[in-house]
Amino acid sequence: MRNRNATAYRFLAPYLLIFSVFWVWPIISSFLISFQATRTVPWRFAPGFNWGRLIGDPAFFNALQNTLLILVIQVPVMIALAMVMAVLLNSPLLKAKGLYRFAFFAPVVVGEVAYSAVFRLMFSLDFGIVNKLLNSVGLPKIDWFSNVTPAMALIMIAVTWRWAGYNAIILLAGMQSIPEDVYEAATLDRVSKLKQFFYITLPLLKPVIVFCLVLSIIGTMQLFTEPFLITERGGPGGGTETLGLLLYRQGFRSLNFGYASAVAYTMAALAIVITLVQLWLTREKQ
Amino acid sequence: MSSLSSARLRRSIALHLFLTPLALVWLFPLWMMVVFSTMPDNGIFSPGIELLPHGNFVDNFNNLQRDTNFVGAIGISVSVAVTYTFLSVLLTSMAGWALARYQFFGKGVIVGIIFGTITLPYAVVLIPQFIMVARDFQLANTWVALIVPPLFNSLGVLFMRQSFSMMPDDLFDAARVEGVKEWRIFLFVALPLARPMLAALAIILFLASWNNYLWPLLINSQPGSMTAPVALGTLIGLTKVSWGGIMAGAVMLTVPMLIVFVLLQRHFIAGIAAGAVK
Repeated sequence: MRNRNATAYRFLAPYLLIFSVFWVWPIISSFLISFQATRTVPWRFAPGFNWGRLIGDPAFFNALQNTLLILVIQVPVMIALAMVMAVLLNSPLLKAKGLYRFAFFAPVVVGEVAYSAVFRLMFSLDFGIVNKLLNSVGLPKIDWFSNVTPAMALIMIAVTWRWAGYNAIILLAGMQSIPEDVYEAATLDRVSKLKQFFYITLPLLKPVIVFCLVLSIIGTMQLFTEPFLITERGGPGGGTETLGLLLYRQGFRSLNFGYASAVAYTMAALAIVITLVQLWLTREKQ
Repeated sequence: MSSLSSARLRRSIALHLFLTPLALVWLFPLWMMVVFSTMPDNGIFSPGIELLPHGNFVDNFNNLQRDTNFVGAIGISVSVAVTYTFLSVLLTSMAGWALARYQFFGKGVIVGIIFGTITLPYAVVLIPQFIMVARDFQLANTWVALIVPPLFNSLGVLFMRQSFSMMPDDLFDAARVEGVKEWRIFLFVALPLARPMLAALAIILFLASWNNYLWPLLINSQPGSMTAPVALGTLIGLTKVSWGGIMAGAVMLTVPMLIVFVLLQRHFIAGIAAGAVK
């Protein structure tokens, strides 16, 4: 067989150049920057400078805690909801499927800024449609922006609205790749639909569910736009501050690149742990 | 038989009774976006419950244009998204082709690096990218800054590698026997065969670029160089700003994508689902 080295690299070269400059090198560079004091000119190597500050910084732990809290509550709720959507959209009993699909999948194309603006307006204290509707059924208004708990809930509601349909699309595609005759055999054996779901659909779908979980965890971990725009820079008083927001504030408001890189690498470490757990969960059984 | 079908009917009704309210709740924010965009500001901030569109869209749009040059920003967003999509589809399908169809030195390493780093958060590269583009290359507030760095995205490489590797060998071997050059085989045999995949990829990349917020916010912060989401984002949170205008902008960002979604739903869903079936 002819040696294809030259041909292959001619096809690869343009992409590899960009990939190296704007992805591979920054991954390394970010790690190195996290060990430098970057507010002196020139930067100097000081391994404990940023990392030492990080482990004693209440703002970091606040952001980490908020991010993990959102992760632990929002991601499972959203995946469960996406599962319900996917199962029901997959039902042969459902009429006008296109309309339902549109309703759940439409948020996938909506940009973060556009939907953040709408949510901010919908949930405003006195004139927000949500509080007006709560009032009209006799419930008290909720001050979504001045108290931490409702503000966190609002962020989670917004993210869930935006991403549940996205996960439902992936889960639905996974379900549709399960061969039909498995279900037919089960139906002939009088296995109920509910049991079919728990004993056929769920186990066969496990790799897809784990994939959705990992994707959502890594996405939510970097949450930035929603607390930036909806609850206005992580308000009230840092109550919805996330790691993404802390990184933005440190890197691009205070121009403290070293410290921001340490925050970024904390996220990377979390992502690596989660990916390893995924690999372990979906490993091939011998 | 009739008892069976009446049980089915009951199940079907229960299904619709559950799913319809959920669907309405899901559509509600989009519906309200449209309603708000057609209401005057004093209507948005009034105590009554308004759930139907009014006729104020044009006034709101004019207010938006007064607050920020939104038309100019839309122009930048469209041009950037089109250029980015074209370049990314081209570069990643070339790379995907090489990885799918050739044996060569270093292939395993390249695939390993792409897969090994794919779940790293984008936040990790943000600071070095910014330092490089803004300080080292002095390219802040330019088109290049908006288009080139996001081209690192490896989604297309994985997607097209998968598509090309599923094509039968003899298709290409026949052309090789006749002495057709490799780049012509790629351009005129492989790419046309991969059209549905290219369409799915292009849609996903266009949408990603159109909605991209964080990178354009950081790198193109001068008023004349902002993309539409960034321009709109600067208005959110200002005190003297037209919310009807902001909503008109949100509608202009969202409705074209919804139309594309409805028209090309199959490709859209294929593109999103492809992420899962690696």
